[in-house]
Amino acid sequence: MLTIGLGHYLTVSAILFVLGIFGIFMNRKNVIVILMSLELILLSVNLNMVAFSSALQDLTGQIFALFVLTVAAAEAAIGLAILVIYFRNRGSIEVEDVSTLKG
Amino acid sequence: MNWTLILPELALALVGLVAMVAGVLPKRDTTFGVSMGVLGGLLLAGVLVLAQPEGNAFGGQYVADAFTRFMKLLVVAGAALGLLLAIDWNAKEGLSKFEFPLLVLFSTIGMMIMVSANDLIALYMGLELLSLSLYVIAAFNRDSERSSEAGLKYFVLGALASGLLLYGSSLIYGFSGTTNFDRIADAISSAEGAPFGLVVGLVFVLAALAFKVSAVPFHMWTPDVYEGAPTPVTAFFASAPKVAAIALLVRVAAGPFGDLVAQWQQVIVLCSLGSMILGALAAIGQKNIKRLMAYSSIGHVGYALMGLAVGSELGVRGLLLYMAIYLFTNVGAFAVLIAMRRKGRALEGIDDLAGLGKTDPAMALAMTLFMLSMAGIPPLAGFFGKLYVFLAAVQGGFWTLAVVGVLSSAVSAYYYLRVIKVMFFDSGEALDPRPASLSMVLAGTGLFTTFFFLFPAPFLAAAQAAVAALLG
Repeated sequence: MLTIGLGHYLTVSAILFVLGIFGIFMNRKNVIVILMSLELILLSVNLNMVAFSSALQDLTGQIFALFVLTVAAAEAAIGLAILVIYFRNRGSIEVEDVSTLKG
Repeated sequence: MNWTLILPELALALVGLVAMVAGVLPKRDTTFGVSMGVLGGLLLAGVLVLAQPEGNAFGGQYVADAFTRFMKLLVVAGAALGLLLAIDWNAKEGLSKFEFPLLVLFSTIGMMIMVSANDLIALYMGLELLSLSLYVIAAFNRDSERSSEAGLKYFVLGALASGLLLYGSSLIYGFSGTTNFDRIADAISSAEGAPFGLVVGLVFVLAALAFKVSAVPFHMWTPDVYEGAPTPVTAFFASAPKVAAIALLVRVAAGPFGDLVAQWQQVIVLCSLGSMILGALAAIGQKNIKRLMAYSSIGHVGYALMGLAVGSELGVRGLLLYMAIYLFTNVGAFAVLIAMRRKGRALEGIDDLAGLGKTDPAMALAMTLFMLSMAGIPPLAGFFGKLYVFLAAVQGGFWTLAVVGVLSSAVSAYYYLRVIKVMFFDSGEALDPRPASLSMVLAGTGLFTTFFFLFPAPFLAAAQAAVAALLG
């Protein structure tokens, strides 16, 4: 019988984290996918925190996870707001089009 | 619990809440009143920081000592000067909204919490309060394509850096069992060798903080954001938040991870070398002066990090002095950029400075002083900043750093001198008359830059006390 321990949780969250990073850098479609990838990164961190908290029998990790959740919500709100004003000016949210500034 | 320790932050937050209500309720335009209120609040916070007792609060989450005092005074001064530069510019560009001073105020609270953080949670909350405010003011000119693109780029990369920071924090928490800086230090010193998980976590956290100070190889966002954001916002970005992020980096490296110096030293040395070289080379071909200042700021972060890379008391003292001198020189140079306006249109080309030597000799002289100081020409302030970090590098035996530093500052002198050449030897039309607030900032920072060499003692003593508190 397989018991699920700390190592399994850490592996899953590491996979989620790497998926999130790849989602940002390999994505050529649109900026919404980047925002989703950012959320994925934050969720993988939360999973890590909670797993460590349970393994260490220490509440700090869960408190940290709550703070991260709250800030992630604020961050998503600001990110979407900036995306909306960007779309109004540019008429597109394709990643390839975000290139007025370069050099 | 000693809550009086966070009186500066509490006062600032209270001023922010009152100013927010005062900005919304009246029907007329309240921008000027709110700006003055926020400036007053920043002044009050500065006084409270000076009078702040030392110690720990909130179960060791928050620390106040000579180091935090030094850094907070710089941060508050940088924020106040940045706001002073912005008021008139925003009015002329039709951006006169009372949210601007409020966002500056909230980001200042974030920076002060960052500087005083003694726990990973406090660090994260301070950093996010700062970052979320900065994302919004980068996109503050919301009808401009460039400004909104700058905001979008800054948001995506900044949020990624926060993600890296959090992942690193979670590993540090998991492998040391605590988020408190002092107890992390205990866990490291009692462990045999360097625990692998902690080192991985440390690398993630360092990468995220290198992003926030825009050190190579995490600098990619800097030129784009600096160019796209409204000029006073760029001035603010390049001053106070950079000082606060450097303070945080120094605190994390020297505090909880002081025993892992062998692990982080190589990372910081590489960041420092890369930043100095890129800052010197990439700025050469620039035509937009905000982009030039962005690369210049990357270079300056490289010089400052040299002090941390050395890891000695002398090195960190050099870093603190470097940041103080950089802050005021940079604000002065940006005051000139903000004054660049012809027939009501803001300009950002280096060529647009042409003829300034004839049409406005006073401002041309000030800009010359700032450029020479950034290039490190004695007896201006910038020379002493470089002198102290190079001295520390040589005494610590880091010859590569010192040699590369001297060479790259020689290269960077080329583009600083080019700005001076354009001002005095090319001809151009006169700029619009500059407002009194800019003249005040120019005079103040110009005098500081020129006459620093006459009275370095109080700054040296303050930096020495700060280092003693940090490393002692």
